[in-house]
Amino acid sequence: MVTQVTNFGRNGVSNWLIQRFTSVVMLAYFLCVACFFVCNDNISYELFNAYFSSTPMTIFSTAALLAIIAHAWIGLWAVSTDYLTTRMMGNKGTVLRLLFQTAYSSVLFIYLVWGLKILWG
Amino acid sequence: MTAWIRITITCRQLNERPAIGHQISHKSKAVKDNRPVNLDLTTIRLPVTALTSILHRVSGVAVFVGLALIIYLFDQASASEDSFIAIKECIEGSFLTRIALWTVVSALLFHIVMGVKHLIADLGFGETLESGKRASTIALAVAVVVILLAGVWIW
Ligand code: HEM
Ligand code: HEM
Repeated sequence: MVTQVTNFGRNGVSNWLIQRFTSVVMLAYFLCVACFFVCNDNISYELFNAYFSSTPMTIFSTAALLAIIAHAWIGLWAVSTDYLTTRMMGNKGTVLRLLFQTAYSSVLFIYLVWGLKILWG
Repeated sequence: MTAWIRITITCRQLNERPAIGHQISHKSKAVKDNRPVNLDLTTIRLPVTALTSILHRVSGVAVFVGLALIIYLFDQASASEDSFIAIKECIEGSFLTRIALWTVVSALLFHIVMGVKHLIADLGFGETLESGKRASTIALAVAVVVILLAGVWIW
């Protein structure tokens, strides 16, 4: 294991648990959204808006958004610490890993702010 | 986890209090090892379990990238009635956006099907090698079907 300070949870067990918890939240959300798209033919703006802008759905969307951020952070961290290491990449490994981690955490932050702005703005 | 335990042990051995700062500064030394690695790809076999495992990872990264498109579509669709109609026409009228949407949705569906397999395995089902292989094969088949269905729906 490398540079644990860059990870989301405090240790592997809490990451594992967060990864599972967020999976279930997202799974429930995507099932609901997929049902909505599949069950409604030729969706109009009124229907779309009525569905997504109701308070329960807005809260559910927010929960899913937060779950995505945490889940992707942990997942991409695992990827980065498997491949972007000095063992795999030589001396550049650490720099590459930190660059990648900076990149995905910035993107996730943008997703978070952007998503919250859509949902609550 | 193991790293943390190892570092704690190191600190105990050094008769130090395992404070946060020590954990961090000792870690790089404690964990730097040079295990032998086999990177000769021609000698690595790829059984179905390994295939689904790496594809789950690839699809996860793909979804992360594709999320930009999903959020963009959602933004446009919820902003106003005009932009909703525009984006709907964009999806229905352009082959490229359909392919793009289908690609992202496929990656997501694949990741979800494999993820569910993961969650089931985490509950303690199918942990032998044989049942693991069977679960991977089934999940792969389910994923292909669901992805094709999504394609039919989008078109
Ligand atoms: C999260 C994953 C998503 C899944 C699994 C999904 C699934 C689907 C499916 C199966 C259809 C076909 C429904 C039909 O033609 O009756 C569809 C249509 C559509 N989707 Fe999605 N979708 C997703 C995300 C999104 C997002 C984020 C947007 C943008 C807000 C979006 C906008 C649309 C629109 C405008 C249609 C056309 C509706 C119609 O013409 O009936 N989708 N989606
Ligand atoms: C929507 C955005 C999502 C993104 C960006 C994403 C991304 C990722 C990434 C990058 C990984 C790491 C893969 C690895 O280390 O090999 C991962 C792992 C995982 N994902 Fe997702 N994922 C998403 C949604 C989901 C959903 C909806 C599920 C629900 C079933 C799910 C289930 C899992 C599971 C169970 C793991 C752990 C796999 C392991 O421990 O090896 N993910 N995800």
